[in-house]
Amino acid sequence: MGTTNQHADSAAASQAELSAEIAAIESAYRASDHEETQPRLDYPPYRSSLLRHPTKALQLADPETIERWAPCFGERDVSSLEADLTIQHVGEPIGERTVVTGRVVDGDGRPVRRQLVEIWQANAGGRYMHQRDQHPAPLDPAFTGVGRCLTDDEGTYRFTTIKPGPYPWKNHHNAWRPAHIHFSLFGTDFTQRMITQMYFPGDPLFALDPIYQSITDARARERLVATYDHDVTTHEWATGYRWDIVLTGSHRTPHEDDLGDDH
Amino acid sequence: MPHLTATPGQTIGPFYGYALPFEADADLVPPGRPDAVRLHGVVTDGAGSPVPDALLEVWQADADGSVPQRPGSLRRDGWTFTGWGRCATDDAGGYSFTTVRPGATEPGAAPFFLITVFARGLTNRLFTRAYLPHDQAALEGDRLLAGVPAERRSTLIAAAEPTGYRFDVRLQGADETVFLTYPGH
Ligand SMILES: [Fe+2]
Repeated sequence: MGTTNQHADSAAASQAELSAEIAAIESAYRASDHEETQPRLDYPPYRSSLLRHPTKALQLADPETIERWAPCFGERDVSSLEADLTIQHVGEPIGERTVVTGRVVDGDGRPVRRQLVEIWQANAGGRYMHQRDQHPAPLDPAFTGVGRCLTDDEGTYRFTTIKPGPYPWKNHHNAWRPAHIHFSLFGTDFTQRMITQMYFPGDPLFALDPIYQSITDARARERLVATYDHDVTTHEWATGYRWDIVLTGSHRTPHEDDLGDDH
Repeated sequence: MPHLTATPGQTIGPFYGYALPFEADADLVPPGRPDAVRLHGVVTDGAGSPVPDALLEVWQADADGSVPQRPGSLRRDGWTFTGWGRCATDDAGGYSFTTVRPGATEPGAAPFFLITVFARGLTNRLFTRAYLPHDQAALEGDRLLAGVPAERRSTLIAAAEPTGYRFDVRLQGADETVFLTYPGH
């Protein structure tokens, strides 16, 4: 954990107190008649958010030209080897070898083609290869936990990795994050840029985790949970999960798309 | 209107530092190029404290106002302007890009840098624009700025410096930066 904002990160509350805060927010949300599909920026159970969320309404912008385009990545940027997180070192990493695959589409269901997907994650023991991670679980010299790929023409990404472990953090006393993989995604326009986390089905820590619960709507939260898929699982090699990602709608017109084809 | 509901975002968390930064990530052009400018500033929280675990990305038009659509941001060759860069804040909350002045994408439009902000403690990304300060007429004619309360408009306008621009990002507080949302969000 970081060394700043200790006051915001202080592990004062118990899980029971934290869970009561989470439950109160969710029941108030259920009693309202609006639907939320994204996390709340202002979500006090996630203590580090207290001083880091804007308090004023976001300003609605009509996307201008540069906002209707996204940066472009290609084979020059990403080696195909970067999609396999289990071959980056000498020797096999410890843990459950797993394939995670799915499609990236826009709000109209169109594939996001040849676009960058980045992931990072803890190892099987719940430890990141990061200086600030002080969790006394073993580092795995055969596993860094960083991957990149480009989607294909159907918008499909595919990573081979190790199933990450849950890990403790300092939000409150005995706080544990459900196992997750961080995903960074680009769309076809700037406004679709997003970073999120993918989870594994049936994790007992879901109900206890203020980051997962910062999405107050249960159906919206479940959009972050991958599905076990035996057709992705491979014989005597790796288990398989499928997770599809929907970005917000693109603002570009078909006419503008044509103009973009000359690069 | 979109037919599918978007996947929710989540915080970038504290441990992206060994994963997302890359060599020359903040150098859209090599420092020292005659037309290079610096875009820099500090990210602060609601107590005015620096945010040392934020990640900023910039996306912009080329100097002539054209939209770059060239790969190569992750492995820069020093010659290709991709329009995109990434910078993790330092221990003092500072970030710094080396880039070129974006041109206007339409005649008379006010040019700006687009900035995406991620941070530990920030549950979802934030978008903002950092307008160039020079062209007063263009700024006065800008539709987004016209819709922002006058007392908050300055948070969207970068300050000119001899070497480029300064643009601070205040996540919370009285002088909080204006952050953007877009139709369909
Ligand atoms: Fe994490």
